Amino acid sequence: MAHSMRINLKIWRQAGPDAPGRFETYAVEEANPHMSFLELLDVLNEQLIKEGKEPVEFDHDCREGICGSCGLVVNGVAHGPQKRTAVCQLHMRHYGDGDTIVVEPWRATAFPLIRDLVVDRSAFDRIMAAGGYVSVSTGNAPDANAVLISKVDAELAMDYASCIGCGASVAACPNASASLFTAAKVAQFAHLPQGHPERRRRVRSMVETMEAEGFGDCSNHAECEAVCPKGISISAIATMRREYMKAVLSGSD
Amino acid sequence: MLTKLYHSPVGKKVVTGITGIALTLFVLVHMTGNLAFFADETGEAYNRYSHFLTHQLGLLFYAIEIVLLLIFLLHLSIGVNIWLGKRRARPRPYDTYRTAGGPSRQTVSSRSMVLTGVIVLAFTVWHLVSFKYGTYYDSPPYDGVGVIRDIALLVRERFATPLYGIGYPAVMLLLAVHLRHGVWSAFQSLGAVRPAATPAVYGAGTLVGIAIGIGFLVLPLAIFFQFV
Ligand code: FES
Repeated sequence: MAHSMRINLKIWRQAGPDAPGRFETYAVEEANPHMSFLELLDVLNEQLIKEGKEPVEFDHDCREGICGSCGLVVNGVAHGPQKRTAVCQLHMRHYGDGDTIVVEPWRATAFPLIRDLVVDRSAFDRIMAAGGYVSVSTGNAPDANAVLISKVDAELAMDYASCIGCGASVAACPNASASLFTAAKVAQFAHLPQGHPERRRRVRSMVETMEAEGFGDCSNHAECEAVCPKGISISAIATMRREYMKAVLSGSD
Repeated sequence: MLTKLYHSPVGKKVVTGITGIALTLFVLVHMTGNLAFFADETGEAYNRYSHFLTHQLGLLFYAIEIVLLLIFLLHLSIGVNIWLGKRRARPRPYDTYRTAGGPSRQTVSSRSMVLTGVIVLAFTVWHLVSFKYGTYYDSPPYDGVGVIRDIALLVRERFATPLYGIGYPAVMLLLAVHLRHGVWSAFQSLGAVRPAATPAVYGAGTLVGIAIGIGFLVLPLAIFFQFV
């Protein structure tokens, strides 16, 4: 049986999009090292409900690092201190008795705050709708191996496709840029033959939508790669830039 | 198409990268030229080099000046524009923020690009005022060209003053800090860096920054401490 520990939490509370926000401090006395970070918040919320207070709102779904719903800035780092880990998979064994942890929502104009730690990430959906798809033929299902793809391209495309759209890259970027998210999809399709029909149009409209949504510009800090739960490389961004230049210089769709 | 590039998030980076590389090359050439000061005791080589640039290149000299000015302005305006955009994209900063480390390239260099850049630019203006538009001394008559501007004398005079003797090296250090992030960033902005090459390109950028810093430091320090 693991020993229990006391964890102090300094959490951003905000009743609604336009309400003034502030930090509140709480203590969870019975935290234990096997808990995930979100389970710690669950325990806190039960405590708050018993005391007749409003529980802390936060986003989550799978709690196994694959859906991209969760997202908290923990002590100044998106998803917390563990590399390549979404905050739902961060465990309390990284903390000690008496630690104080600061918890903030993703902060970006393009991710308006809904309540407490929950933000609206639908800007990502609109970037996807602008070009994050491929054409498929109607009719019978094609033969599985009809389109040849080199092993290297298939692997690279898979690396970029592993993006779960959590928004940590935006949250951690000093400029709140969505370059890594947008580029991951552009780079994935740039490596696949299926992506070629819309290639030029895709990169142009996704980049334009990214800008229109109010994300900042990239300054190549590479902070996004460091916090990405899937470790997606900023080489995606380099690929997006090449694709974009080709599309603009060719002038075609 | 050019205005579209200038305004697009990717275009901005590409233009900043290309102008940044051009400015780095200019600075390298300038630094190498400065070393002509050490070619002889009297400063004749340095004066001849300066005379060659300003009087023997003809229209090319003015063309280079105009292109450089444009490059400077483009690089500056996009840099400031990106910096202003930060506040629009995140009006409320984090209470607690730190870099996650690891593959992150976030450093004092990368966070202070606008500051170091603007200081270097302000210095460049001051530098032009004190040398290009500074006191005109006549040189002794040289073979072939006769009496030309004795810019070496002006350099000697300026660098002997504490303001220049200390201010100039300080600005060169800031330039090195700027280039540490800038050189790597330029190549990444042009989509030219493969993941495996990132540490090498970053390291090379840092080396170029240091080399330029040192290259510019030797002349003022040598004069200030009266080695030449
Ligand atoms: S809750 Fe699904 S990734 Fe964290």
